[in-house]
Amino acid sequence: MVSAKQIYDSLETVKDPEVPVLSILDLGIVRDVKQLENQGWEITITPTYSGCPAMRVIEEDIKANLLLIGINNVHVVSVLSPAWTTDWLSENGRKKLKEYGIAPPVNELDKSVLFGVPTPVPCPLCDTINTKMISQFGSTACKAHYQCQECLEPFDYFKCLK
Amino acid sequence: MKEHLLKYVLRLGDDSLILGQRLAEWCGHGPILEEDIALTNISLDLIGQATSLLNYAGELEGKGRSGDDFAFLRIEKEYVNCLLVEQVNGHFGDTMLRQFFFDAFRKILFESLQFSSDKQLAAIAEKSLKETKYHLKHSSEWVIRLGDGTEESHLKMQESLNTLWRYTDELFFEDEVDRYLTENKVIPDLVNLKGVWKENVDHILQLAKLEIPTNNWQFEGGRVGRHSEHMGFLLAELQYMQRTYPNMEW
Repeated sequence: MVSAKQIYDSLETVKDPEVPVLSILDLGIVRDVKQLENQGWEITITPTYSGCPAMRVIEEDIKANLLLIGINNVHVVSVLSPAWTTDWLSENGRKKLKEYGIAPPVNELDKSVLFGVPTPVPCPLCDTINTKMISQFGSTACKAHYQCQECLEPFDYFKCLK
Repeated sequence: MKEHLLKYVLRLGDDSLILGQRLAEWCGHGPILEEDIALTNISLDLIGQATSLLNYAGELEGKGRSGDDFAFLRIEKEYVNCLLVEQVNGHFGDTMLRQFFFDAFRKILFESLQFSSDKQLAAIAEKSLKETKYHLKHSSEWVIRLGDGTEESHLKMQESLNTLWRYTDELFFEDEVDRYLTENKVIPDLVNLKGVWKENVDHILQLAKLEIPTNNWQFEGGRVGRHSEHMGFLLAELQYMQRTYPNMEW
């Protein structure tokens, strides 16, 4: 008999293909895990961005990893509401992001405010807040592009989504 | 009810799809690398939104058509996007102004739609709104920077405005579909929305030192499948793979 704990342990091994240090649990996209009447399992996930190209890969990885612990009756359901927010990123996830060289999200002002003073994003390498935004849009939908003004390192910033 | 909702969802979905396709044409052609990436990121968000919307259209229709079937296998007059989104990219300023009009509309639309009495439409709006705020900030900043930039950039932006302004009324196009859905609290009242849009847009155009043209001739037709000459070329590219290799998947 498989327990929900074993399911969660297995889900911890499923990584975000675009940020492979983060598990899907760190990312906060697993919304529910429940056993069905037919003994199968239903895993509910939510996309970070509408067009996130990683969703299909994640779904397949969930099934493949659960198969490794002998579970072959798995339904992965995707829901849009409540919409994902970077607040759901775990503390552990934020720590892993920084170690990986990606600045974790900081609480920003409302995105619709034009030309406001941008919230400082600390450099993941040297921790100074003397950094500069190069572009709001980075290598993937969830990241912006920054550069440190002290150590000059260009880095990705996991942008705040609320 | 279902029939009206289906038509409305297709209009929303087609707006996202067609503008997403237009922005994707910038891939590899952006004026600087960062903007190349920004434009394709925005395109990806729009295609994602289109996927949610067109899949939902498939559910509402109930005839087994998928979102992909709607995206790739309709003929031109079955697309019901507004004319604004199918206009050619032109130069970077044209693209940004088109984007700005659209983002300004989408932001206030989604702010209302997230409280729609239709749960799925509300969920899609709630999700898309977060992305749209980023898009609007990006396009607004460029409109201001280029409008209030050099003499040449100002001139070009004023020309863009004179051309694109004529496609903005259609964002608020209303027929029996919209009226029925407004009465049933599925979508917001477009007349109110237009007032808010105009106020927000005026504010940015003022900062950009641009003037709304006084000749107020407006085009429409997209919402009922009557498109401009650009649409056929766009669809030829969009549909190429499915038409050449029917049912291919990857």
